[in-house]
Amino acid sequence: MTGRLRFLRSSSGALGAGIVVFVVLVALFGRYFAPHDPSAPIGVPLSDASSDAWLGTDFLGRDVFSRLLYGGRSVILIALAATLLAYAVGLGIGLMAGYSRSFVDPLLMRSVDVLLAFPPLLLLLILITGAGTSVAVLIIGVAIIQAPAISRIVRTATQVEAVRAYVEAAIARGERPLAILGREVMPNILAPVLVDSGLRFTFSILIIASVNFLGLGLQPPSPDWALMISENREYISVNSLAVLAPAAMIALLTIGINLTGDGIARSLGRSYVPRTSRTVIE
Amino acid sequence: MTTVAAPVARSREASPLLRFAGRRLLGAVVALFVASLVIFAGTQLLPGDAASVVLGRNGNPATVKLLHQQLNLDRPAWQQYVDWITGLLHGDLGNSAVGMAQGATSAPIWPLISDAVVNSVILALITALLMIPLSLGLGVVAAVLRGKWPDHVISVASLAAIALPEFVIGSLLIGVFFVGLDWLPPVAIVAPGASPLDDPEKLVLPVATLLLASLAAGIRMVRAGMIEVLQTEYVQTARLNGVSERRVLWRYALRNALPTSVQILAQNLQWLIGGIIITENVFAYPGIGSTLVVAVQNRDLTLVMSVSMLIAVVYVLLNLVADLFVMLLVPKLREPA
Amino acid sequence: MSAIAPPSAVVRVDGLTLALRTGEPVVEDVSFSLGAGEILGLVGESGSGKTTTALALLGYTRPGVTWRSGTVEVGGEQVRERDERSLRSLRGRVVSYVPQDPGGALNPSLRVGDAILDVLRAHRSGEGSPELVHAALDRVELGGDAGFPRRYPHQLSGGQQQRVTIAMACVCEPPVAVLDEPTTGLDVLTQDRILFELDRLRNEQGMAMVYVSHDLAVVARMADRIVVMYAGRVVENAPAADVIERPRHPYTRALVAAIPDFRTPRSLRGIPGVSVGVGEWPKGCAFAPRCEHAAVLCEEAVPVLADAAPGHAVRCCRTHEISAPERAESTLRSRPVAPETAPLLEVTELEARYRSGRSARPAVVDVSFAIPPGRCVALVGESGSGKTTVGRCIAGLHRPSSGSILFAGNWLIADAAARPLDVRRRIQIVFQNPFESLNPRHQVRSSIARPLRVLRRLSRRDADAAVGDLLERVRLPKRVAERFPVELSGGERQRVAIARALAAEPDLLICDEVTSALDVSVQAAVLELLQELQRELGLSMLFITHNLGVVACVADSVLVMDQGSLVESGPVAQVLEHPQHEYTRRLLSAAPTLADVAAGA
Repeated sequence: MTGRLRFLRSSSGALGAGIVVFVVLVALFGRYFAPHDPSAPIGVPLSDASSDAWLGTDFLGRDVFSRLLYGGRSVILIALAATLLAYAVGLGIGLMAGYSRSFVDPLLMRSVDVLLAFPPLLLLLILITGAGTSVAVLIIGVAIIQAPAISRIVRTATQVEAVRAYVEAAIARGERPLAILGREVMPNILAPVLVDSGLRFTFSILIIASVNFLGLGLQPPSPDWALMISENREYISVNSLAVLAPAAMIALLTIGINLTGDGIARSLGRSYVPRTSRTVIE
Repeated sequence: MTTVAAPVARSREASPLLRFAGRRLLGAVVALFVASLVIFAGTQLLPGDAASVVLGRNGNPATVKLLHQQLNLDRPAWQQYVDWITGLLHGDLGNSAVGMAQGATSAPIWPLISDAVVNSVILALITALLMIPLSLGLGVVAAVLRGKWPDHVISVASLAAIALPEFVIGSLLIGVFFVGLDWLPPVAIVAPGASPLDDPEKLVLPVATLLLASLAAGIRMVRAGMIEVLQTEYVQTARLNGVSERRVLWRYALRNALPTSVQILAQNLQWLIGGIIITENVFAYPGIGSTLVVAVQNRDLTLVMSVSMLIAVVYVLLNLVADLFVMLLVPKLREPA
Repeated sequence: MSAIAPPSAVVRVDGLTLALRTGEPVVEDVSFSLGAGEILGLVGESGSGKTTTALALLGYTRPGVTWRSGTVEVGGEQVRERDERSLRSLRGRVVSYVPQDPGGALNPSLRVGDAILDVLRAHRSGEGSPELVHAALDRVELGGDAGFPRRYPHQLSGGQQQRVTIAMACVCEPPVAVLDEPTTGLDVLTQDRILFELDRLRNEQGMAMVYVSHDLAVVARMADRIVVMYAGRVVENAPAADVIERPRHPYTRALVAAIPDFRTPRSLRGIPGVSVGVGEWPKGCAFAPRCEHAAVLCEEAVPVLADAAPGHAVRCCRTHEISAPERAESTLRSRPVAPETAPLLEVTELEARYRSGRSARPAVVDVSFAIPPGRCVALVGESGSGKTTVGRCIAGLHRPSSGSILFAGNWLIADAAARPLDVRRRIQIVFQNPFESLNPRHQVRSSIARPLRVLRRLSRRDADAAVGDLLERVRLPKRVAERFPVELSGGERQRVAIARALAAEPDLLICDEVTSALDVSVQAAVLELLQELQRELGLSMLFITHNLGVVACVADSVLVMDQGSLVESGPVAQVLEHPQHEYTRRLLSAAPTLADVAAGA
């Protein structure tokens, strides 16, 4: 409680945080150090690493290294926006559902569970079919996918808090539900929500990267890491770096987030594991 | 804390079971109904006109109007929905919008996808048959040997694997086993009409990719569930009364960790469906996932709708089966509420 | 070391010392012995090491705790120096275990007959006979129903579950059983029956028992010998009657004085200070900081356990200089109320339901009573009697289905949020669980200031000043205001909760089992405080509890509830000495009391 950065004391937490910071810095600021224009061909396609192109060139002759330095920003920012939106919605719904002891709770939860009847990727594909490919669709689509699970977790945590004696003391004082939620409940549900947030963010990144990989998200010539993998994988035997370098970056990012999440979970005394979204025995 | 003992009515033991199953079945039907609404609404979100989008550059007022009629797009939305649903219930999946747009008089969907469905089912079954015992086995081992090196290895490996998307895993595997070692083919193309089992070598990497992606999450959750059970009071009491460790692990720990594990595995199998879409694409495997992606790229509305509905049915069925399993495993649920 | 163990001793503990890996001792130099068919009561409060010691008899130590020195012998066999396999052969056959919470201790997916069979099979290979299971169930009075072994734990009541665990512990007829607070979670009436069963088992099977408990009254009834532990050491070891009537260690004395006993009601005296945890043991006697007889010598070195009288060992260097405690005066309160005084609270035909899922069952049925100003009314009943629901209705936390409540002559609105500010201020409630009454994220200052700001509309500065005064009033140092609840002990937290309730300057204080979750010595201190506050401030109190002893010490009049209905009410002296209703009589006869030991019950 007193050391917010206590999670850094665990080895996984420190390692994870370090990796994440590294990758995010590369993604956000790498472009200012790129030797070449990411969209301009600089040489023979699929040539090996050279002094001019440290990771060789891709299938159109563009510098892989420069594209790498440009390629992370969109995924991270879109994933961040989508996750934040999902939390805004999920927190609202979850708090309301968890705190109410009336019909509101099952009503909200059933409505939200509807969306859990789909594989997440499928839902996003349906939305893309209907609304086309754009950054807005990606953000809103991923938020819609994540919000139900978040609201479930928030709801469960809120239900646990709502019956605590200190909440009842506030009710007996006649405080308004909004004040109670804000003052008494919210600070105590942060722990499980925080532990979950690492997985959520990773999941957003994975989904968006997957959609980009399928060519249904960001479009060429965008220097996105997932797109790079998709575009160059036919030629993996010629210049494998064009595929492996962006793959490594994605891997580092998500593994880093998970390690950090694990470290946070440990420091809070919890386990870093996605709970099942549905329990039969409620 | 005196609780009143619930009388055991042997003769009525059947009905709570049936009632529970009935409730779940009803829930499944409702879920499918709502899913169909979501699918319908989602694909029809287009601000513009659906037919124009499908036709793309080939669109001119005449062709658009023709396609409208062929696809019944000139009817009100609710009517289209009802038509579609009644068609589905009769086994008619409709016509492919792209096919119609190319001038055919009818382009029924089922023949287009039947091969793909079979291929995907084969891929999914093989993966599932491997994933279930491996998840359970490794998860339990990690929990029982908690703190010792097998647990550390399993935990770290799964923490890493859980983070990687299927296309990264697939690409890395291709990099190692094809580019590096040249042991396995990088693609799993199957000729139409042929069975993927004719050349099982092709299936190895796709299955491995799917396995690695789904095992990680499953193992971590099974492990967590098992650890929770191992720390219960009843496990300790049994041990303190001398019950053999083997019996304790099987009948006291594992048996009570199963309900949660079943739900975990069901959820994993559901994730598998999403993973199949990507993995088929990575390996150019002609399954339902590839079909879906192509359909989305072409904006083939009706095809996307029908395939999505099929997938939703499988999804909901998995939940139902899992719930029934859990009910059989947990004696308390068989009581009248 | 004191009494030499007779050769026929079935349990022999000698100089047992267990410590953490980092070196701090958890229990030190514990020695006692037990003969066949004897019951030893192992008594202590939280942190005393009694459970750790008892589990060591089964060869079990918590992870992180290791054997430092000493030996443990049960049924003639050494327990230490054994690997898991040989320990397993010992457990259940030579020494068995009865857990505290029977509901959690039974495998939910195993039929109870099979659970008992498991223990049998573990020790008698191949012999899985249902007859033996039936015989075991018979011994605990569960043999009547032939279909019983096929039941699942969730289909049994708490009392039945506990009897099943006892059957499991007896089925291989071990010479010794370790019982870890087996009746703590049970109703008084159920507890009474279980204790009766245990006594019978001891007589019929000659089974020796180590009965761990924090409840001296229960132990007084069952045990032949009592061992009192404090901070990991044995401080007194003597026959039960001696410990109760002539305690020689200051801690034991204080403990006996702190136990509320309705047969001998008197003002309770708490023990100041807090118990020490592992790693915090002082150089000398661990109790010295809290002891009123402490001398310089006590803090220098740990006293040795020595006989103060034949068979009565004490670990205190001043025991001979301390005089025997005086018999306290019986002080049942019965302050008469002037008949014209209008009651502060008047409850008429109150009915309330308890909703779980879709069904609703009655929790409170036709309850009527009144609370005069400045008086303490106790509401007594077992769990499920509806007493807590009554309290919650008055506090505005539960909506009654019919009936009325008048407060100071005005109708009381059901929901607290709809009540006028003044009413909300004048009725305050303190809850049972000290770990949940305060928001762990808020400093003590913030928790106490809240009602000052919300209910008395004080400014921030005035509120801050008032916080200090309130803390003083509940006998807590002012610096507690800066702490978070996790840094406080259970007793301290309850005091803060009381301070928070007092902050509003209420007329009526509802105390919902406020001391049930506290150690006995802490409980006495909190009750002492409540009594003083009531006198000083002229508060009316509704004191909800299941403990009749507390009722005798604190209340002016008492209401007895059973399954939602009020079965008896009246002045305390009258109800306790001349109970009218059958239920009240049963409750009184089942309630454990220190007087039992003298009667040899």
